[in-house]
Amino acid sequence: MTLLSIEGVSRKFGNVTALSDVSIDIQQGEFFALLGPSGCGKTTLLRILAGFETPDQGGVRLDGTDLLKLAPHKRPVNLMFQSYALFPHMTVAKNVAYGLERENLPRAEIKARVGEVLEKVGLEPMANRRPAQLSGGQQQRVALARAIVKRPRLLLLDEPLSALDKKVRAEMQLELKRLQHEVGITFVVVTHDQEEAMSLADRIAVMDQGRVEQVDAPVTLYDRPRTYFVADFIGANNLFTGAIRGGVFSAEGLGPLPSKATTADGSAALAIRPERVRLTEPTPGMVQGVVVDVSFYGGVSHIAVEVTGLGRKVLAATQGSARITPGTVVGVTWRPEDAVLIPN
Amino acid sequence: MLTLLAVVPMLLMLSTMFFRRGRFGGVVYEFTTANFSRLFQPLYLNVIQDSLVVAGVVTVLALLIGYPTAYAIAQLPPKWKTIALLAVMLPFWTNFLIRMYAWTILLSGPGLVNEALTGIGLIDKPLELLYTRGTVVVGLLYGYLSLMILPIYSAVERLDPRLREASANLGASPVRTFFSVTLPLTLPSALIGAVLVFVPSFGNFVVPEILGGGKAIMVGNLIRDQFLKARDWPFGATIALVMVVVTVVLLLAQAVVSRRTRSA
Repeated sequence: MTLLSIEGVSRKFGNVTALSDVSIDIQQGEFFALLGPSGCGKTTLLRILAGFETPDQGGVRLDGTDLLKLAPHKRPVNLMFQSYALFPHMTVAKNVAYGLERENLPRAEIKARVGEVLEKVGLEPMANRRPAQLSGGQQQRVALARAIVKRPRLLLLDEPLSALDKKVRAEMQLELKRLQHEVGITFVVVTHDQEEAMSLADRIAVMDQGRVEQVDAPVTLYDRPRTYFVADFIGANNLFTGAIRGGVFSAEGLGPLPSKATTADGSAALAIRPERVRLTEPTPGMVQGVVVDVSFYGGVSHIAVEVTGLGRKVLAATQGSARITPGTVVGVTWRPEDAVLIPN
Repeated sequence: MLTLLAVVPMLLMLSTMFFRRGRFGGVVYEFTTANFSRLFQPLYLNVIQDSLVVAGVVTVLALLIGYPTAYAIAQLPPKWKTIALLAVMLPFWTNFLIRMYAWTILLSGPGLVNEALTGIGLIDKPLELLYTRGTVVVGLLYGYLSLMILPIYSAVERLDPRLREASANLGASPVRTFFSVTLPLTLPSALIGAVLVFVPSFGNFVVPEILGGGKAIMVGNLIRDQFLKARDWPFGATIALVMVVVTVVLLLAQAVVSRRTRSA
């Protein structure tokens, strides 16, 4: 069931286009991520959903009702701010109770719900502290508790984990996912961190320069990118520009490359993941190059191959340590079905 | 070092209140508590009380006018902000005395205000606008209002706009947000402004003299008269102690309240 539908939303700031005809449908109970580099418009979209910005064009419907007609404080949408925006003059319990007090609920119910949610995020012992007395991870959990205690239809999270160090971040990622399953609220998270988006979300919208490039499940995004930007942005990739003619992809300066052309003739790009690239004995007719660098990352090794006639190096990844040494001449190949063709 | 330079002369001055005055001014170093008993005469207590009331009224009015003004300035676009702040500070570039004399021109019998009011037929004969306690309040308010506006402005300006957004997002109306978030977080600065307005108003002697016509005497006039006219330094120092005590008490109160509002 579609909970939130964003229809053709555009927003300009002066000459800068922040959002350009963005349409996304988000399902009830889904963990959805808006992913893109900074300045791609994802935060503007989030602020439109929360009511702090209004779009120049387009509509936003939540459960069929027009969200844009509601004032920010009347929307059944809660936002967890990037900077947490906790009220510094209130205790943790007061911060969490704030939203419930605005609903004029009985005092006993507020107290019970605050206690319940603080227990859920493991902050009961901190209830009477001020935000300044908490660590970054604890503040983050207060912000989360404050947002979910109102049981919103939709929870928006703006770069929820960016202020945390790596170890705490991994813990919080798991906790967010657990919480989302527990409370059953639809989550929309904005992030520039693709690992975060990949590990958390059911579906991801990749955005660039105010446009939605692709909306798909993480695995699909990784295996079948539909645009050059997505192929380049998500994970490491080897990209060749060229053209498809008669069902065969030829790269500029290299000639035909292994692929299964399913798209029509025309200019296109070929993407092949490093872990799908195979290095072999060079045979005539095959792309050839010289190994220039071998890096061991524990678990995987990356091998960079300088290919004549190509600007960038081709990257290959192998499991464990590589037995190849720099200076070796190799053939570079892959299975045709592993290559992704992206028409321009 | 600076503290030393401020505190030592002040202590020296205040210490004279335990001594007798010389016949022709100066201090005779002979211990006495007569200055204190004199302070508690109704004549002087009345002046102190009047001064507290006047300074209190000025401070409350400054808060009521200054807070909305500062808040409004902080919401302006950057260019207008600069202009508005400049307008607030501009009077400071003119001598205080001259500004007060300007008010006498405005408010005197044949002055601008009376002329205008009679001109449009609102009144028949000129009003007694000058030389009342109300005039003193107006003068002090005019003189020190910017000391209220500037600290509040900077507090509102510094306030993270996301706190207000968070409040709205949690279901608070704009009015609720103001009273639950904006006001408590800017209150310490408003109290600083209150102290900054109250203290110089309480001790002021120029305004009561020029705009009060010497009829509404305040503590500042008393102190000045004891030092410069009566040449009674010991008693002057005793009255000055009242001012120091009032100031210290206010600063302590301000510190206590702001500590409680901030993360404690």
